[in-house]
Amino acid sequence: MNGLQGITPTTPRLAVRHLSTSFPSEQGLVQSVADVSFTIAPGRTTALVGESGSGKSVTSLTLMRLLAKSANARVQGETAFVTRSGRTVDLLTLPEREMRTLRGNELAMIFQEPMTSLNPVFTVGEQIAESVRLHKRLDRAAALAHAKRMLDLVEIPAAAQRLHEYPHQLSGGMRQRVMIALAMACDPTLLIADEPTTALDVTIQAQILVLMRRLQAETGMSILFITHNLGVVAHHADDVVVMYAGRVVEAAPVRPLFASPAHPYTQGLLACLPGKSHAAGQPRPKRLFAIRGQVSSPLAPPPGCAFEPRCDQAIPACAQAVPPLADSGESRQARCIRVPSLERNAA
Amino acid sequence: MSDAATPLIEVKNLRRYFGSSDKPVRAVDDVSFAIRAGETLGLVGESGSGKSTIGRTVLRLIERTGGQVLYRGDDLGALSAERMRRLRSKLQIIFQDPYASLNPKMRISAILDEALATHGLAKGRRKERIAELLELVGLRPEHASRFPHEFSGGQRQRIGIARALAVEPEFIVADEPLSALDVSIQAQVINLLAELRERLSLTMLFISHDLDVVEYLCDRVVVLYLGRVMEVSTTAELFARPLHPYTQALLAASPKPDPLDKTEIIPLKGDIPSPMNPPSGCVFRTRCPHAIEACAQAIPPLADKGAGRLSACIRDDLITA
Repeated sequence: MNGLQGITPTTPRLAVRHLSTSFPSEQGLVQSVADVSFTIAPGRTTALVGESGSGKSVTSLTLMRLLAKSANARVQGETAFVTRSGRTVDLLTLPEREMRTLRGNELAMIFQEPMTSLNPVFTVGEQIAESVRLHKRLDRAAALAHAKRMLDLVEIPAAAQRLHEYPHQLSGGMRQRVMIALAMACDPTLLIADEPTTALDVTIQAQILVLMRRLQAETGMSILFITHNLGVVAHHADDVVVMYAGRVVEAAPVRPLFASPAHPYTQGLLACLPGKSHAAGQPRPKRLFAIRGQVSSPLAPPPGCAFEPRCDQAIPACAQAVPPLADSGESRQARCIRVPSLERNAA
Repeated sequence: MSDAATPLIEVKNLRRYFGSSDKPVRAVDDVSFAIRAGETLGLVGESGSGKSTIGRTVLRLIERTGGQVLYRGDDLGALSAERMRRLRSKLQIIFQDPYASLNPKMRISAILDEALATHGLAKGRRKERIAELLELVGLRPEHASRFPHEFSGGQRQRIGIARALAVEPEFIVADEPLSALDVSIQAQVINLLAELRERLSLTMLFISHDLDVVEYLCDRVVVLYLGRVMEVSTTAELFARPLHPYTQALLAASPKPDPLDKTEIIPLKGDIPSPMNPPSGCVFRTRCPHAIEACAQAIPPLADKGAGRLSACIRDDLITA
């Protein structure tokens, strides 16, 4: 429970406010993330949901300050991250040296493709030990012993032997377990998981999700879970942030979000799932609901709401200005002037 | 050769091994199923289950190691290269990755023209046909002059579908045609496939790991594990009451998009074994919660468990009515 020290349950582990990330390109400025705000409660999981190009991965890389220097990203906004000791820091402005200490000691990240995230020429044990030695100042033997405990923690069978194996000798599911062991080695308070099960088969995905849930219950860490899989969201998130074209379009606790999605994009996303098209035992409908058209180019965003060109509920005002993200109910927010509870304010 | 009772496609004891003959990778081992005209058969399974290899072997894009693939009663494997080439216009494939399966240096018109020319449509008629095809898949005739990079993933998949349909096939292998697409675009392409299937009376082998999509699109389903058939059933029966322990585990592991669904997921233990060294007896027994000693003794036959349902499992005592 050390992850919960110095923080009350009502203070978010991380609050992100008005985060924007843009990249200069030959064709002009690409606004990948625009005015993104959300919070992650201690010990809870916030899912960041969206399709390709929605800005969910850029959001996480911006928070971790892992965007390539050569990308010349322009970042605006602020964050409030509460450390284990109770200090509040802004991840965006922290000096690089302090940020490096924070990554690994407080912040950890796992990625979609464990094969490209692990170094192919070092053994699994060496890679975990290296990170432990950097962040915990242990000697080589103690670090290797710690690495073995980590492999045990993520339920890798015959951990003592696996320690000396290379990534290519492991299956996809085992590699993702190693990635999680690497992330857990320094006991993070916030784990950012970017599509951690997308490359895995469904029976292996189930193993990894159960493992992540167990580790969260044991350590009290918060998880930012980035995914496009709404089934995974429904079962593993406490709160959901839906992104579209770089902006948050809706944020809500998981149950109300699925029960009554407020934003037309969220409504469409849930309605077009083949698994939700008909109740068990009922005949399937002839056509699935489909959101028409496609996401507009980030180089030529529409002047108003980014979803307006695809939205069945759009009115002329939707094309005039970007709607604000506004409170739309208890612990809920939506960025749409057509949401009934928001329509009155707009009028 | 064919009558109404003959399936359009019949796969009999199909085998495809790769690598050395003393320890081959058994990618497909003794797989049998039939597809009736107008039917969509789903082929589901995880990585290494052999589903893509089956799709390609059925079309003779790769040669089989053993067994037969019958098209209207004729063995495709016994046909001469020339007869097979002529038959290919009836048998087409849609690939998973719309980025990798279109030549980036060719305009859409050239990509479709190539398909039409290969199958002998006179030059004068091709331009008209290309416009027709683009409209059929929901694109516009003026898209013909563009290159693949000018299209989104969903549009590229539409082009891949147009190319497959160019030669008026009867049978299409759709190999994970949706898995590279975003959810909102997936729904558009699912609707397109369903609509075209009906309009053109297509028969389809639909390969997918996405059970929700299979449940929506397929009439019957073949469940594969490690190159072997575990279960064959109509879609409705399979999802309502899976018989084989692997099918049960597969369905249970796939999270439903509903936070109120409280089905507890008990993950299968361990990894999929290597197809170079498959377990003796039932290939699923090493991960099966119901395995008994007899499961290691002999390969369980794909047997009728009543009401036309086939399952390759000897634990009949587990089947409840």
